[in-house]
Amino acid sequence: MENMVNIFLFGKKYAVPANLTIMGAMEYAGYQLVRGCGCRNGFCGACATIYRIAGDRELKVCLACQTKVEDNMYIATLPFFPLVKQVYDVEKISQSEAVMMQLYPEIYACVGCNACTKACTQGLNVMQYIAYAQRGDFEACAEESFDCVMCGVCSSRCPAGISHPQVAMLARRINGKYLAPKTEHLENRVKEIKDGTFEELLEALMQKPVSEMKELYNNREIEK
Amino acid sequence: MVEKRTAIYTEEMLESMKKVEAARAANAEFEPRRMTAEEKETLLATYHPDYKQSEFRVLEIGVNKGEKVPTELAALLQANSRITADQVDLNKIDYDVDVLIIGGGGAGASAAIEAHKNGANVMIVTKLRIGDANTMMAEGGIQAADKPNDSPAIHYLDAFGGGHFAAKPELLKKLVCDAPEAIQWLNDLGVEFDKMPDGTMVTTHGGGTSRKRMHAAKDYSGAEIMRTLRDEVLNRQIPVVDFTSAVELILDENGKCAGAVLMNMETRELLVARAKTVILATGGAGRLHYQGFPTSNHYGATADGLVLGYRVGAKLLYADTLQYHPTGAAFPEQIYGALVTEKVRSLGAKLVNKNGEVFMHPLETRDVSAASIIRECTARDNGLATSDGLGLWLDTPMIELKGGEGTIEKRIPAMMRMFGKYGIDIRKEPILVYPTLHYQNGGLDIAADGMTGVENLYAAGEVVGGIHGRNRLMGNSLLDIIVFGRNAGQQASEKAKSTEVGALTLDHIAKFAAEAAEAGIATEVVSPKLLPVYDHGNKNVVKEAF
Ligand SMILES: Cc1cc2nc3c(=O)[nH]c(=O)nc-3n(C[C@H](O)[C@H](O)[C@H](O)COP(=O)(O)OP(=O)(O)OC[C@H]3O[C@@H](n4cnc5c(N)ncnc54)[C@H](O)[C@@H]3O)c2cc1C
Ligand code: FES
Repeated sequence: MENMVNIFLFGKKYAVPANLTIMGAMEYAGYQLVRGCGCRNGFCGACATIYRIAGDRELKVCLACQTKVEDNMYIATLPFFPLVKQVYDVEKISQSEAVMMQLYPEIYACVGCNACTKACTQGLNVMQYIAYAQRGDFEACAEESFDCVMCGVCSSRCPAGISHPQVAMLARRINGKYLAPKTEHLENRVKEIKDGTFEELLEALMQKPVSEMKELYNNREIEK
Repeated sequence: MVEKRTAIYTEEMLESMKKVEAARAANAEFEPRRMTAEEKETLLATYHPDYKQSEFRVLEIGVNKGEKVPTELAALLQANSRITADQVDLNKIDYDVDVLIIGGGGAGASAAIEAHKNGANVMIVTKLRIGDANTMMAEGGIQAADKPNDSPAIHYLDAFGGGHFAAKPELLKKLVCDAPEAIQWLNDLGVEFDKMPDGTMVTTHGGGTSRKRMHAAKDYSGAEIMRTLRDEVLNRQIPVVDFTSAVELILDENGKCAGAVLMNMETRELLVARAKTVILATGGAGRLHYQGFPTSNHYGATADGLVLGYRVGAKLLYADTLQYHPTGAAFPEQIYGALVTEKVRSLGAKLVNKNGEVFMHPLETRDVSAASIIRECTARDNGLATSDGLGLWLDTPMIELKGGEGTIEKRIPAMMRMFGKYGIDIRKEPILVYPTLHYQNGGLDIAADGMTGVENLYAAGEVVGGIHGRNRLMGNSLLDIIVFGRNAGQQASEKAKSTEVGALTLDHIAKFAAEAAEAGIATEVVSPKLLPVYDHGNKNVVKEAF
């Protein structure tokens, strides 16, 4: 017999194999998931989940697809959380601190409780990246928040009502578009292509018989 | 990022791990030779799953009648519709748009942005949420020949050869020529590519590339692209109808595609969307688990687009070729089949068998690498048993030997986290891998304008076949969804301007059913499949197909 544990899905008890993830355990118990399941591999943030091990004071959070069940785990999924996403025109947006004041003024109401950081399913320093955003240091905010999967658990714990993932999203787009260094070789190449620099060469390749293409391919020089 | 050890290695694994460790320094130095063209051919024919004839079936109906496709796909292509025409009132239109986009991944989002830019009234309908898609999961990166030592022509040759000389030249040309602009477009939307302080892109090799042209955003490349595209779709206030699937396309009286029947995934309510043009961007098929393989794909990857298109007469190309990614996680079982990005090998980790021997060059093309791993584990018996199957080592600590301490955390944080959750520190220990079902090489046949054989039905992204031939190189799919997603959005919105939709019909359903009956096909299966069903071995719960 497999090693089984008892878990409580929304309060109801199920015995499930100990080696399953929470997501797998829900399916084992008989659920057909529609909500709360996206990539099944820790990238999309669809499966945010809150749990408590019976007897523990601490409430824990995780991604259901990335976390093994434990005995006496009380589980509630959080398949949706009403984050606020402000609409803006990325072509016209200001790159100064003022933009945060304008779009997400609630970040300045942060009380410093650090509940967001404790709640992050990715182990990010959420309060720190919000502090960077407050200061208009978008590069640091972008770097610190980079691994965010936007599951929204941080926001569910925030007394100030901050939508942390959306704040970070804005900072990353400003950083990627305006603050990161420009890439000259990219601009050059786009221009060369527009000018038709490679046109003849490509047309010639497209006309070649497969035998000749094989020859070229098998003997092509490979950069070390 | 490394937690308490919960993964439990077998004795055999621990013994073998010691051998890998002992040989590491020498293995890291060792430069294995690449296989010759003949060696590769024999290897593929003997060990690649695409060559296992018993796993394929010949289609008996539809436009590809007489061609072989995987057994699981044949069952869905020749299955019954989820609906009959009389269940749907085509006079009651729930959504009326210029361009209907089916699928909220990278291809769908790119198409939506461009169609919107072109002034179209556009809507996205998607099975789960926007971004719950294979695009979100891409780790490694995106190709573009934008460095001085590279050119679109070299990119073309790499992709054409890697795809076994089967790509449609006009599509591949578009892919490589529009690549730099695609990167620029993403960069201008705010995607954070890895760059040097002077702005030079950090680029690496991928399997089968002859120049370092893989651009990345750490190992969250797809996530960074997808969340940015999603943000832009929302900024443009393009309507996104989520948790809703297309279950049947709608044609007009002139045989042009003119919308889709949609189904709310939670309430099962049916809705009618009418459109002047339709773009299928439904992605891949990993969740069909061909030949019993695990998969790296998202939950909704069930080949729906192929089924929807096939039923209205859109032709498939190379639907018999799948990509098995050489390195799926083989251990621990909780992440069985999950992707270990090729970038791990790009950065210097080599494949090592149970005796601690490097048995191949780590950056052969994917099909060759997968076949080689299968051979090493089966015929040569140099693999290790895991609870779900077999596996061999990918020696990740070599990355730090080569690139210096900290390289792993900086360049592949997602990988470090994925294994770290089970207490495996990939900076210090190798990991076990085995091929996983990863990508649908084939799909709907399109022309360079993105249109399928059915007028006003466009397709973009993984649902398309022909761009890559019979095998796709790493980094060319993220590229293709941007290039051909944008293209489809531009073309479909332009075409919509001159389109008058005639009376809507669902006659094709009965017609297809009649063809099936005539061919003697009797089946209980309905399609598109929409979602897989998993019970993890619990036979006490009876689950029906979704
Ligand atoms: C783990 C992983 C790693 C990868 N790494 C790389 C990489 O490093 N480089 C690279 O180039 N490529 C990579 N790929 C491949 C690449 O990410 C995908 O091929 C590509 O993103 C597919 O984009 P898409 O928009 O066509 O499909 P998807 O992104 O899968 O989007 C399809 C969307 O359509 C929806 N849908 C499906 N059926 C229906 C329906 N009936 N009705 C409505 N909606 C529907 C889906 O739910 C989904 O939202 C990777 C893939 C995976 C799975
Ligand atoms: S399902 Fe995507 S993070 Fe868990």
